[in-house]
Amino acid sequence: MNLHEYQSKRLFADYGIPVPRGIPADSADAAVKAAKELGGDLWVVKAQVHAGGRGKAGGVKLARTLDEVREFADGMLGTRLVTHQSGPEGLPVNVVYVEEGSAIDRELYLSMLVDREVSRISFIASAAGGMDIEKVAEETPEKIFSVAIAPDAGLQDYQARQLAFGLELDKKQMRQFGDLIKKLYQLYLDSDASLVEINPLITTKAGDVMALDGKINIDGSALFRQPRLLEMRDPSQEDEAERDAAEHDLNYVSLDGNIACMVNGAGLAMATMDLIKLHGGDPANFLDVGGGATAERVSAAFKLILSNDSVAAILVNIFGGIVRCDLIAEGIISAVKEVGVSVPVVVRLEGTNVDKGRELLANSGLDIIAAEDLTDAARKVVAAAA
Amino acid sequence: MSILVNKDSKIICQGITGNQGSFHTEQCIEYGSQVVAGVTPGRGGQDHLGVPVYNTMRDAVAATGADVSMIYVPPPFAADAILEAADSGVALIVCITEGIPVNDMIKVKSALRDHDCRLIGPNCPGIITPDECKIGIMPGFIHKKGRIGVVSRSGTLTYEAVYQTTTNGLGQSTCIGIGGDPVRGMNFIDCLELFEADPETDGMIMVGEIGGTDEEAAAEFIQSNVTKPVVAYIAGVTAPPGKRMGHAGAIIAGGKGTAEDKFKALDAAGVATVRSPAELGSKMQEIISA
Repeated sequence: MNLHEYQSKRLFADYGIPVPRGIPADSADAAVKAAKELGGDLWVVKAQVHAGGRGKAGGVKLARTLDEVREFADGMLGTRLVTHQSGPEGLPVNVVYVEEGSAIDRELYLSMLVDREVSRISFIASAAGGMDIEKVAEETPEKIFSVAIAPDAGLQDYQARQLAFGLELDKKQMRQFGDLIKKLYQLYLDSDASLVEINPLITTKAGDVMALDGKINIDGSALFRQPRLLEMRDPSQEDEAERDAAEHDLNYVSLDGNIACMVNGAGLAMATMDLIKLHGGDPANFLDVGGGATAERVSAAFKLILSNDSVAAILVNIFGGIVRCDLIAEGIISAVKEVGVSVPVVVRLEGTNVDKGRELLANSGLDIIAAEDLTDAARKVVAAAA
Repeated sequence: MSILVNKDSKIICQGITGNQGSFHTEQCIEYGSQVVAGVTPGRGGQDHLGVPVYNTMRDAVAATGADVSMIYVPPPFAADAILEAADSGVALIVCITEGIPVNDMIKVKSALRDHDCRLIGPNCPGIITPDECKIGIMPGFIHKKGRIGVVSRSGTLTYEAVYQTTTNGLGQSTCIGIGGDPVRGMNFIDCLELFEADPETDGMIMVGEIGGTDEEAAAEFIQSNVTKPVVAYIAGVTAPPGKRMGHAGAIIAGGKGTAEDKFKALDAAGVATVRSPAELGSKMQEIISA
C-alpha cells in the first residue's frame, strides 16, 4: 500500500524528522486558505498522486502570490496527472499539498528498503539527489552509498557516519542527519514499511537538513497490524480492475495485449504469458486465481477478464493439484453460461481428475477449444485471437 | 538416497488443528509421510488425525524425537512458529504459510543464524521425496521416484516441471519449492549444493522467476561448483517493471531482476536454459540420454 506525500510527511513530523510546514487541500479555496495560514510569500503547490516524476509532469509548481496558489491548485485538482510512472491514463488529483517554500542549498537522495541479497533493511544515500537515482546507480555507482542494518543490533553510529561522509555533510548537518536516520529507521520498523524514499533530502541555505519530499510504501502483508495506516489508503489511486480482483482474492495485472489468461499460481501465470508471447501473441493480463479456485472465483475471473475491451481470446490454464479439474471445468462452464463469453476460449487442464474435467467440457455444448498441453494451448489461443 | 527428507523423516505439524493444517496433514499422511505429532498451543493432550497434539514444540520433539517441522500457522503468528521450531532442535523447518510480513522474516532469518537448522519457505509448496515423504501442499500423484532434482520459486510451475519428468520417465529424487517471498530460507544455491552431492541425483531442473538476483547468484555458483547438468527456466519475460506478479518477491524494481538478465547469467554459466516451460522435461531427457 502506498501513502501520499502529505501522509508520509505527517508521519515524518510525528517522528521528529524535519519537513517544511504544509497543509493538504481539496479545493482551490482551501489551498488559498492553507497558503494564508502558512504565511510568507513563497509556496509550493504539489499534486498528490501515487506516482513519481510529478515535477516534470507539471504536478509541482512554485507560487509567488495567493492568486498563483489558486490558479495552480485549480489547474491540478480534478484532473489526471500523467507522469512517466503513472501509466498513459494518469492518476486523479483529488488533493494538493500546499507547502511553504524552502531555500535549497543542496539536493541529496536517501531511501530505505530490503536488500534481498543479505535479507536486511538497508539505507541508500547519494549526494546526487533530485535526479533519477536508477540512472545515477547505473552511470556513476561510486556516488551511491549503502549500509545494511543487522536487525538485532540496529542502526549503528558508524553507519550513519559512513552515509553522512558520503553525502559530504558538514559537522552540524552530520549531527542532524544521524538523528534523522535513527528516527527514520524507527518509523520504518513501526509502520512495517517496505520502502521509504526522500528525494530530495535537502540542506537549506541556513545549513539544516530537511526532507523536501517523502514517499512511504507499506508491506501489504503487515496491514493487519497497522490499522492507523490502513485508514490512509486512497483507493482512487489504485487500478479499478486490480482492486476488484483483490476483493475476490484474485491477483490481476492488466497488460497491453489481446489474449487474456486465467491461471492457477503466480509462477505458472507468468509462464503462460511468456508462452503466449513466444508463440507470437500478446498477453492482455496476468491473472492468478490462486490455489483454492472455486466456481465463484472462476466466474469473477471471467468477468474481470472481459471488462477489458481489447480481449480477443481467452486461455484458461489450470494445473489441478489440490484443486480438482472437474470442479474447475464446472466453474468454467457455469461462468461461460452466466457471463456470456463472446470470444474464443481455449482450455488446458492437467492434474487431479483431468479426464472427468475434459469430459465435462466436451459435453457442455459450449464452444470451448480443448488443448492437449502447454504448447498446444498457446498455439491454439494465438490462432484464435488472430 | 535423496536430499533433506526420506522415509525415516519424522514430522511435526505446527498448526495441525487449523483448516489448512488439518487438510494438508491428512494428505501427507495418506502419501506415507511419518507425521508423528502436531502442535497447537492450548490443545495439548488431544489427538488429531490420529496423532498426539502438544502445546509446545519442545514437548512434541521430546516426546517423539521428530526432526522436521511443517508449518501452517496463520501469517501473524508464523514467524514466532518458525523460531519456536528452531528452538526445539529440529533439523528442517518447512513453512507453507503465505503472507508473513517481510520485517518479521528479516528478524527470523537473522535469529536462525544461531541455530543448526534449515528453513524452506515461507510461501512455498514444500518438499517431497517421491514414494517416501511429502511435506507440503503439492499433489503427490504427479511425482515419480527417479533421478532428477527439482528446485523452484513457484508452486504450480514446479508441478509442470515435475509432471514433465514423470511422463517422460526420468522421475525425481527430491523436489523443493523454495517459495516466492523476497526474504526466505533455503535458496537455489543451498539446494543445488545438496543435489550436486547426492549420488542418486543425475541432474537438476531449476525454475526461477523475475525479482531479486538469486538466479544470477545461482548461475555463478553452478559455473564453479556444479558438474551435473542443470536445465533452467525463468518466468516473467513479459512482466512489466514495477508491477508485482502475484508473489511478493516477483517484481522488477530499480532495473534489477529481469528475466532476460537471469537467462543471460545462466546461459553464460553453461546452464541449459529453455525459453518455454513446456520444454523443461524434454530438454533434461535430451541431455541425460546423450
